[in-house]
Amino acid sequence: MCLGIPGQIVEITDTNRQMALADISGVRREVSVVCVADGPLDTLVGKWVLIHVGFAMSLIDEDEAARTLEALRELGEAQEALDAMAAGQDALEERP
Amino acid sequence: MRYVEEFRDPAAARALLDRIAALANEIGATAAAPVHIMEICGGHTHAIFRYGLDKLIHPGVEFIHGPGCPVCVLPMSRVDECVELAERPEVIFTTFGDAMRVPGTRKSLIQAKAEGADIRMVYSPLDALELARRNPEREVVFFGLGFETTTPSTALSIQQAAREGLTNFTVFCNHITVPPPIRVLLEDPHMILDGFVGPGHVSMVIGTDPYRFIAEDFGKPIVVAGFEPLDLLQSVLMVLEQIRDGRAEVENQYARVVPEHGNPVSVAAIAEVYEPRPSFEWRGLGEIDESGLRIRDRYRAFDAEAKFGIGYGAGPRDVREPEGCACGQVMTGRIKPTGCPHFGTGCTPEMPLGALMVSSEGACAAYYQYGGARAAEPAA
Ligand code: SF4
Repeated sequence: MCLGIPGQIVEITDTNRQMALADISGVRREVSVVCVADGPLDTLVGKWVLIHVGFAMSLIDEDEAARTLEALRELGEAQEALDAMAAGQDALEERP
Repeated sequence: MRYVEEFRDPAAARALLDRIAALANEIGATAAAPVHIMEICGGHTHAIFRYGLDKLIHPGVEFIHGPGCPVCVLPMSRVDECVELAERPEVIFTTFGDAMRVPGTRKSLIQAKAEGADIRMVYSPLDALELARRNPEREVVFFGLGFETTTPSTALSIQQAAREGLTNFTVFCNHITVPPPIRVLLEDPHMILDGFVGPGHVSMVIGTDPYRFIAEDFGKPIVVAGFEPLDLLQSVLMVLEQIRDGRAEVENQYARVVPEHGNPVSVAAIAEVYEPRPSFEWRGLGEIDESGLRIRDRYRAFDAEAKFGIGYGAGPRDVREPEGCACGQVMTGRIKPTGCPHFGTGCTPEMPLGALMVSSEGACAAYYQYGGARAAEPAA
């Protein structure tokens, strides 16, 4: 929850709400790019970002992304974030 | 025990450790009279233990674990209020998974869920927004928890809900900010702190300016750090260099991610949606002025406190901390986790008694998982 996880922007899904699809360690999930948008959103496609609880917070380069991901894997935090994303998906479908 | 050989760049790590050792000797730091460096962020605490940095580093450098784990400083009364909200039949209570196992007076959120409350773990407040869209007949409450890393996400979600005109989405805001507790610790005459390693991802949002009081008012060095082992070692070295030179500055070791002025969109969203509360309670630290945030009047419709008449300051709460629990003393660095009578017996990560055992970023959980520093072998 406190550490961001790197992801790569794959496509813009909603220009109005500034949402994009990101590839996060092989998992695709919609994230908000409002904090990193600066000009036309299309220029973000292919870029690496640090994602905090569904919001891209910072543009990073590919090398930084790889180093951060490795550190997160070591800490077990990468898996924690991926599990949380899966849980978030389940929460939408869940019936009480 | 970890070995430097397992690091991404062992030669660089070894070189840094050597330079730290040389500098520690130069300034006369020893195991008996160490330099006390507080790592503020729970992510750093976790990394220090995971990589065994506390054991690899010169014995004259002692890490003091700071209050930077939002789950650990969450008072029991807030957990109780979460449970009460979640138990309302109309409510879908949404939360980050980290909060699920924090003990409350009656029960934790995970127990409440097992007993039938509709509690859903989400990854993002955006998931909670989507739940509100899909369930117009229900009240979706999101538990806003965390420091400046998560605060922009709830602020931006509230703005989005307002734009869409959603009427069944609220945030139970318990966001807190990093700088105020640091001031409290620095003002505490019992604390010995010689320098700080500052949080990386929090600073990515707020920049490095908010730490200037540490250098300017208290004359202590602070270096904002990434959380790779090499980042942490580099930052410790920079703190020691400042101490040797008699400097007190805010330095940024993590400039590749942390801009000096933070993220302007996030900072603006936080300021637009939230305002500081006069004071807020921190577990183990007590009330701290202007350390918590509440939702501004103009977004009152999205404030769970206003909608459900619950929350901070809404009335006195009878809260009993577990007998003999030393969370507060551990939190302020007065004792090591192993000094708590419950450590590893009544209190384990599976069955936490105190919040410091709940999250991997809590000092007790990190000690338990990786074996604490020189805890087993008292400083020789
Ligand atoms: S061992 Fe448990 S009760 Fe004791 S200080 Fe740590 S978290 Fe608190």
